[in-house]
Amino acid sequence: MRLGLVIDLDTCVGCHACAVACKQWNTSGTTGPLTDYRPYGADPSGVWFNRIRHYEVGEYPNSKTINFPMSCMHCEDADCVTVCPTGASYKRKEDGVVLIDQTKCMGCNYCSWACPYGARELDRESGTMKKCTLCIDRIYDETLAEIDRQPACVITCPAHARFFGDFDDQNSEVSRLVRERDGMQLMPELGYNPTNRYLPPRINTPIPTEDVRRDSLAGKVKEWVNKAVAR
Amino acid sequence: MHPALSVIFFTVVSGAGFGLYSLTAILQLFRLGPAMDRSELLTALITAFVLIVAGLISSTGHLANPKNAWRSFMRVKTSWLSREAVLAVIFFPFGFLYLLGVYLYGAHVPAFFGLMGLIGIVLGFMTVFATGMIYACLKTMRQWNTPLVPANYLLMGLTLGALFHLAIEAYYGANLQFITGVAGTALVMTGVMKGIYYYWIIKTSGPSINTATTFTRATVRLLDVGHTAGTFLTEEFGYQVEAGRLLMLKALVFGFGFILPLILIVAAAASQGAGFLLATLAVLSSLAGKGIERWLFFAEARHVVNLYHGAQHT
Repeated sequence: MRLGLVIDLDTCVGCHACAVACKQWNTSGTTGPLTDYRPYGADPSGVWFNRIRHYEVGEYPNSKTINFPMSCMHCEDADCVTVCPTGASYKRKEDGVVLIDQTKCMGCNYCSWACPYGARELDRESGTMKKCTLCIDRIYDETLAEIDRQPACVITCPAHARFFGDFDDQNSEVSRLVRERDGMQLMPELGYNPTNRYLPPRINTPIPTEDVRRDSLAGKVKEWVNKAVAR
Repeated sequence: MHPALSVIFFTVVSGAGFGLYSLTAILQLFRLGPAMDRSELLTALITAFVLIVAGLISSTGHLANPKNAWRSFMRVKTSWLSREAVLAVIFFPFGFLYLLGVYLYGAHVPAFFGLMGLIGIVLGFMTVFATGMIYACLKTMRQWNTPLVPANYLLMGLTLGALFHLAIEAYYGANLQFITGVAGTALVMTGVMKGIYYYWIIKTSGPSINTATTFTRATVRLLDVGHTAGTFLTEEFGYQVEAGRLLMLKALVFGFGFILPLILIVAAAASQGAGFLLATLAVLSSLAGKGIERWLFFAEARHVVNLYHGAQHT
């Protein structure tokens, strides 16, 4: 089994709901709390597992705003695990989820240096490294209804831009999406082989405007008056 | 990268300690240079141990949770940090047995203690190599991901060790000609190696904002980082130095680290009486230069996560 996320860059609206849901769920989860520093001060900061950045792709006027959520990619060749000197950082054989044992971490930051995706953040209160658990305490919770056994970010996404599943299963929704819509890895040249994939924006045909009805004479006069009268 | 003072102190000082130990043991075991007596050898070896221990103690200073530091010996199979910790600890029994041999028998140590000394030399080199590999194995920082890094760590340690050794010989009034040759060669080689490194890292390569976002056929520009204040990522990886200051600091690295010590040790070898003072100044100057060098090593390294915060390439 190889669990991970698919993120649709076409439908993500950049609302940060996934990040907030993640913070809410995991602050009381297995690696919580996700400490906040100076929450009411001038420069509030803290530990987050999921961060969303916003980019402009292409040149104006043919550009597009892309919202870019990033959490742990649960890489196949995870250097954060191999460099860890204490064995606190590990990748589960059974489902490929990368986790940190909070009782073993010595807070040397080495794994965060090895991670190209910025998925690991040191909690300065506990002195230990923290990261996305893929909501491990939720996806295996058999007391929940099956539909709720998904990471908090996936469940909360109002744009339905996030999908969770097993990439080893060819018939899973995530595998199908990657196959059909060319799911991409971030920085594949580094060789970490990240499990999470990103779906590029769909290519839309432009909406035709030739057949838009021309304005009537009355409409044109109205428009001229509207422009001429100072409000 | 944010330069942590404890790590800078650790890598420079314990590197110098391993260099001093290795050089002293090599010169004594292979009978190179003017003969050293017992007190001279003991001074050199004890100085080396003090430097190594001071460095290793300082290395725990950057841990956020030092009570788990003992666990860092657990992953020698995969982690260079673990390997370094284990090698540094294994070095001590062999190094101490050699020291004991010198303490008991002076310059003419029996074969057993000599063998311990030889193993100590190998372990010392391996430890410094592992320190370099901690950085060189990271694919996320192209300025570190080069074989020049462990080579640089080894040469820097040896050069500082040679300068310490020279100062100790000068203190005992030995003939400095041979050791000046050794230290001078080490200074020139290490300086050239550092020059090659600085030339090498000018070239940009590796990931760009395009591969980082998958949009490889368009320009990608940051609109908003998505956070209102600093985060762990911007504090740890966002550290930047202005170009003008970088150049000035590099000049200081070569000036204090290599050129001034070279002049000082040549003057020490030639002078009558002031040799120890000049050699000590050479050590201090070189330590300052290498401190700046190590600071730059961290400050200049650009982590690829900066791509997501506005950098176009690293």
